[in-house]
Amino acid sequence: MAAKPRIATVSLAGCFGCHMSLLDLDERILKLAELVEFDRSPINDYKDFRARCAVGVVEGGCCTEENVHVLERFRKQCDLLVSIGECAISGGIPAMRNNIPLRECLEEAYLKSPGVYNPGGVIPNDPEIPLLLHRLYPCHEVVKIDLFIPGCPPPADAIWDALVSLLAGRPAAPAYDRLKYD
Amino acid sequence: MKRALAKITGEICKKFGNDPTRMMDIAMAVQERFGCVSPEAMDEIARAVNSHRVEVESLVTFYGFLSVKPQGKVVIRLCRDIIDWMKGYESVADAMSRELGVSMGETTPDGAITLTHAPCIGMSDQAPAALVNEVVVTHLTPERGRQLVRDLRRHLDPQQLVTMVGDGNNDHPLVRSMVRNNIRMRGPVHFADFEPGSGLRRALTLKPMDVIREIKESRLRGRGGAGFPAGLKWEMAANAPGGKRYVICNADEGEPGTFKDRVLLTECTGQLLEGMAIAGYAVGSDTGIIYLRGEYRYLLPYLESVIEERLRRGFLGRDILGKKGFRFDVRVQMGAGAYICGEETALISSCEGLPGVPKNRPPFPPQQGYLGCPTIVNNVETLCCVSRILLEGAAWFASMGSPRTTGTKVLSICGDCRKPGVYEVPFGISARELIEMSEAENTGTMLIGGPCRQMIGSERFGGRICYDDLATGGAILIFNRARNKLEIAEHYLDFFIEESCGHCTPCRVGLILLKKAVHKVIEGAGEPSDLAEMRDLSNFIIRMSRCGLGQAAPNPVLGALEIFGDLSAGFVAERKPGLLPEFDLSKAVIDAEMRVGRQSKIV
Repeated sequence: MAAKPRIATVSLAGCFGCHMSLLDLDERILKLAELVEFDRSPINDYKDFRARCAVGVVEGGCCTEENVHVLERFRKQCDLLVSIGECAISGGIPAMRNNIPLRECLEEAYLKSPGVYNPGGVIPNDPEIPLLLHRLYPCHEVVKIDLFIPGCPPPADAIWDALVSLLAGRPAAPAYDRLKYD
Repeated sequence: MKRALAKITGEICKKFGNDPTRMMDIAMAVQERFGCVSPEAMDEIARAVNSHRVEVESLVTFYGFLSVKPQGKVVIRLCRDIIDWMKGYESVADAMSRELGVSMGETTPDGAITLTHAPCIGMSDQAPAALVNEVVVTHLTPERGRQLVRDLRRHLDPQQLVTMVGDGNNDHPLVRSMVRNNIRMRGPVHFADFEPGSGLRRALTLKPMDVIREIKESRLRGRGGAGFPAGLKWEMAANAPGGKRYVICNADEGEPGTFKDRVLLTECTGQLLEGMAIAGYAVGSDTGIIYLRGEYRYLLPYLESVIEERLRRGFLGRDILGKKGFRFDVRVQMGAGAYICGEETALISSCEGLPGVPKNRPPFPPQQGYLGCPTIVNNVETLCCVSRILLEGAAWFASMGSPRTTGTKVLSICGDCRKPGVYEVPFGISARELIEMSEAENTGTMLIGGPCRQMIGSERFGGRICYDDLATGGAILIFNRARNKLEIAEHYLDFFIEESCGHCTPCRVGLILLKKAVHKVIEGAGEPSDLAEMRDLSNFIIRMSRCGLGQAAPNPVLGALEIFGDLSAGFVAERKPGLLPEFDLSKAVIDAEMRVGRQSKIV
C-alpha cells in the first residue's frame, strides 16, 4: 500500500476556532485519519515536521516574527498551502490594530488599560517573546497561498469537502451554500 | 463676514428658485464667489432650498471641482492623463511646483494660487495641458510652466495667459481660447456645410412618429460608445406614459483620450441644437438640457450665445419655425469634474442636483429618467447626426459605414503619432488605416475606445472600427512598442480608483487589489499564478460591480494580459517556495526592534 499523503496544520494569529471546526468533522475525523497521515499539527502536538507534506492548513495571519518563520517553514515543507478562515485570509480581529502604531498598542495593553496593575511600567521584553510585526499580515501577503477556505470559522463541511477534493486530485471549488452565511 | 456669506448664499439660492434640483448650479456659484463651499455656506444652502446639510455636503464632496476648504484665487489643474504623462507631465509639474514653492495639491501661503492635477481634460492632442480656472493652456513645457506661474503671480488673470488663439470658433470673441481643433479629416456628416434650420424644417414637415421612423431607418446608433439604437430609444421615450419629457445631450466626454465632442461643441453647435430640437419634436419634449463637462466651461458663454441666437431666429422657443404649439427650450447644466457623470443615469442624477451616482436599472431613462419623467440621453455626436439625417435622408446616411454600423464616426486620435487630432471617417475603417492616417510609427498597442473599452496588440490591427468589432465612443490612443502595456494598464487603474464613487465593494476594493497585483508584476516579482489571479479578479470586478465604471475598469488589464505573451518571460517566473519578494520582514519588525532594543532572530 502506498504511503498516505501527509497533512500538517497550524494556528498562527488565530483563535483556534478553525481547528475547532476541523474537529467538528465528528466521526469523519476517523475517516480523515484513514485517508491521511497527520504530520505537524496541534491535533497530535508534533512540534515540527517529520516529512514533506502534501497539504498544509494554516489558520490565522502573521502577527509576530515567529508566525512568519513558521509560515515560511510550512511553505517550504508543503506542496499545497491552504489559508482557512477570516484571520488567515483577511487578518480578522488581530488586524484591528493595523491602523494604530505598535507603540500605542503596547502602551494601551500594558500601561494604560483600565485595571492594569504594572507599578514598574514594564512592557514585557523577554528574549523568548517573538517580536511583533508593525501590523498584521494576512498569509498570502507573506507567502504564496494556493487555496482559500473562507468563513469564521469555515464550517466543518467546507473543510471536509476541500480536503477530500484535494486528496482525490480534484479542484477544491466549494459549493455556494458552503460560502454563504445569511 | 458671516452675515455677508449668509446673505449672498441666500441670493444665489433665490436666483435658482430655491430649487434643490438645481443644487449643482447653486454650489458652483457659491464656490465661484467664495473660492469654496464652506460648512457655513452648506448650512445656508440647506436652509434656503429646504434640504438637509448632509445632502449638500454629499454633493460638494463628490465633485472634483467643488471644495469644502478654501482654494486659491487661481486654481491650476494639470492634466495627468497618460498621454500628458508621456508628453512630459512630470517635468512640467515639477517646474511649476518649484516655481510656486508648493507641492501638488497645495495653495501658496498668500492664498493666491492652488496647484493640483486633473484626470483627462480633453486636450490629449495638445498635451501636456492644464486648466487655469476655466482657461485652457496647451502644449506646456517646463519653461512655459514657469513663465505661466510668473505671469499669474503678476496679474492673477488666467485669461491674460492666452496670447495666441486657436483656429475656427476658438477665435470667437466669447471663446478666445488657445485650444486648436486639429480637424485632420472632414467627413460629410459633421464637417460639411450645414444651413441652420434646414434639418429642423424637414423634420417639421413629418409627423413625430415619422421622424422616429426616419432615425430608425438610418440605423443610427449612439455615438457615446454603447451603440444603443437611437431610434429605438426615442420610440421608448415617446411611448412611455407620462406628461413631461426631456432631451438631454451628454456633453460630458470624460473617457481619457476623447476630445471629439469638444470640437463638435465648438464647430457644430448649431447642428447639435438642431438635433436636440428634432429629438424634442419626435418624442414630445419641450425641454432640453446640455450637460457640459466642467472642463469645457470655457465654451459656456459661446454655447449660450448660440442658444440665444437660435431663439431669435425661431429655431428654439415657442412655435418653432411657425409650427404652432411646438416649443423647445435648452439650458446648459454644468458638470463639476466627475468622470462617472458620462454614464447616463449618473448624469441624470447630477442634473437633478445630486451626487453623480448611477441609478438602478430598470426603469431605464426613456421610461423614467430626469425627475422621474421619460428622458432620452444622447451623445453630442449622435444629435449632430440627427440633423444631417433629417436633411439628407436615412438612406443617404445608411449608405455609409459598415453593414451593421451605419454612417461616419468622429474619432479623436492621440498618443505616439505625428498627427493627433479629430478625424471623421466612415465606420468600418481598420485600425491599421488609422495608424497610417495619423502617421504613427512602430505602433505596439492601441486603446480603442479609451481605457474602458479594449487594448489591442498588432495582431488585431486589421480589426475594424464598428460596433461588431472594435467599438469606440471616439477615443483612439496609440502607443509605440517602447511603452510597457502593464504600465499603461496601471496608469488607468489609478484613474479608475480615483473616479470610483465607492458605492460598491467590488469596484472600490477590487480595483486596489488589482492595482497591487499589476504593480507586483511590473516590479518583476510576479509568478505565473499571479496572471491567472489578475484575470479572475478582473472578471469578478466586471461581473459584480454596480455600474459601468467598475464593469469597464479592468479592461486595460485584461487587454494587457491578452497581448502579454511576448513580454511575460521577462516579468513573470516561478519562484522557489519561501517568503514573497514584496514582503519585507526587516521593515515589518523595525518598529518592534526600536521599541524593545533588540534585533530580530530570524531576519
